[in-house]
Amino acid sequence: MTTLTFEAPADPILERRRQIQGVAQASLNRRKTYSKIAIGVCWAFLAVAIVPLVGVVAYVLIKGLPAWNADFFTQVTEPEGIPGGGVWNAIVGTAVIGAIATAAAVPIGLLCGLFLAESDGRIAGAIRFTADVMTGVPSITIGIFGYIAIVSHTKQFSGLAGAFAIGIIMLPVIMRAGETAIRGVPFHLNEAALALGARRATVARRVVVPAAMPGIITGVLLAVARGLGETAPLLLTIFGNQYLQWNPTKPMEALPLVIYNNSSQPYADLIQVAWGAALLLVVVVLALSIGSRVLAAVLQREKR
Amino acid sequence: MTTTETPRLGTAKRGGRLAVPNGAYRGLLAAVAVIFVGLVLWFVISIIVQAKPAFSTLGFSWIVQKTWDPTHHKYGLLPFILGTIETTAIALVLAVPIGLGTALALAYLVPHRLRASLGTAVELLAAVPSVVYGLWGLIVLAPLCRDYLEPFLTSVFGWTGLFNGPNQGVGLLLAGIILFVMVLPTMVAISRDVLAVVPNEQVEGAMALGATRWQVLRKVVIPGARTGLLGGFTLATGRALGETVAVALVIGNTPFIAHSIKSPAATLPSLIVNNFGEATGTELSALFGAGLVLLVIGVAVNATARALVRSTARGGAASVAVA
Repeated sequence: MTTLTFEAPADPILERRRQIQGVAQASLNRRKTYSKIAIGVCWAFLAVAIVPLVGVVAYVLIKGLPAWNADFFTQVTEPEGIPGGGVWNAIVGTAVIGAIATAAAVPIGLLCGLFLAESDGRIAGAIRFTADVMTGVPSITIGIFGYIAIVSHTKQFSGLAGAFAIGIIMLPVIMRAGETAIRGVPFHLNEAALALGARRATVARRVVVPAAMPGIITGVLLAVARGLGETAPLLLTIFGNQYLQWNPTKPMEALPLVIYNNSSQPYADLIQVAWGAALLLVVVVLALSIGSRVLAAVLQREKR
Repeated sequence: MTTTETPRLGTAKRGGRLAVPNGAYRGLLAAVAVIFVGLVLWFVISIIVQAKPAFSTLGFSWIVQKTWDPTHHKYGLLPFILGTIETTAIALVLAVPIGLGTALALAYLVPHRLRASLGTAVELLAAVPSVVYGLWGLIVLAPLCRDYLEPFLTSVFGWTGLFNGPNQGVGLLLAGIILFVMVLPTMVAISRDVLAVVPNEQVEGAMALGATRWQVLRKVVIPGARTGLLGGFTLATGRALGETVAVALVIGNTPFIAHSIKSPAATLPSLIVNNFGEATGTELSALFGAGLVLLVIGVAVNATARALVRSTARGGAASVAVA
């Protein structure tokens, strides 16, 4: 009887507290379950993303390595059915085109970067925005430009036209990377040099640019890596050439073209060459990207 | 030398091989900037000039006409504009959730000592040339798509009518998938960067209020990075729209409006690259016109993306190069 009277009044405050705790616990459980599911989905998406990306790299390695032999690097392309043959003509083409494009784009790009880093006006802002947009313009339109500007006037596809198009693709990347690197140099270095009586040109050449060198090198190497992998502009400008050609005023071959043209052929030996060329291109591009990071880190450490 | 006037900074005559006056230095920089602006103007104007004959002989309506048949002087661009939009849409439907989930995992869920190396790996993958993705798509993925993915999707979603027609492997679906794989590293790299700059105090504050991990990500991190994420997605859109060779290898290249996700089709860039070799006269001008349409779309998308990314006030050398 006594126990009943103790239980019966059911303290409303205690009851309310229990109710609230129950609701809170339920909410927490629900939120925790929901969180676990959502986080699980994130992990699943990570896995989904890794599979194809690892797949691409793995396939290029597995299919490309068997294509690598001495002939692959020293012989020119052979037509289907004829055994042997390599991509020496494409390696030469890619190297010559890459060298010309880099030699043209780096000085212009760095000076433009210096201009952007030293200007804050409306004009500089517009140029900066233009450069940013140019980094994302569809590369085939730049190939069309190369065709109109060079090929249609010289009446001939040529390595130079390809280098022109690739250089224009590299230019805005170098500009913006150079500007970012130069802006990262502490301004008191500028002030100290100016206070010593140095001219602005001297300050730029002796102080600012050397201090920004790690960032500049990273940017340039990344731009080169990007330029070497471009295919669409080359299709409209260098045309391809199954013979060895060192002369950039003539049609040339390039590694991306070998991959593109061979991959849609029904011949196993040509597809084999495409995989080999893909592996070579990936190795070169990754070496440039990784090299730029390592070099930047080393230079950064030396400066300290 | 009797004058007492103090020379202005940098105007005094001094020897040495670097004795270039400030004016000449500024002049040199300005001249190089003018070269860049000149190149961009030359680029845009030359494409407009070369595309003009197509517009003057065909009027403006050819852009939205349905038939591409050069032997009968029909140069409608609609199939290619639709193809470009459809492949990009398929790529984005896959890339936005998967890219965002991956970026969240890389920025907040993966153990700390793995984050840097995984992040670097993603950035390196963004440097793999698109033609390599195209090769992989055509040789490896196309048979898988034809034999497994397309029959499966047809049996599950066949009732929608989107999966009619034979399983061919190459087509809109495969092109969209290849574009998804190709833009994924770029998207993840940019998203990870903008997610990681959300202030730690906000994350910790939300946790202190009792938010679960997902609630922190959903209510604090994603909203905080919203503009940057949108910019990253838009940049990826721009890359997908303008991609040429990877798409040209796997889309099947037929100049018709696709009636099914499995149909072969063509995009503006693949049209240009496939017909450029033999085109002359009005057809060549029409191809330049297709390039002009592509350029206008590409510039619009990229300008939007840049404006969005810039408003989150970040973007070092790496993210510029990645983009």
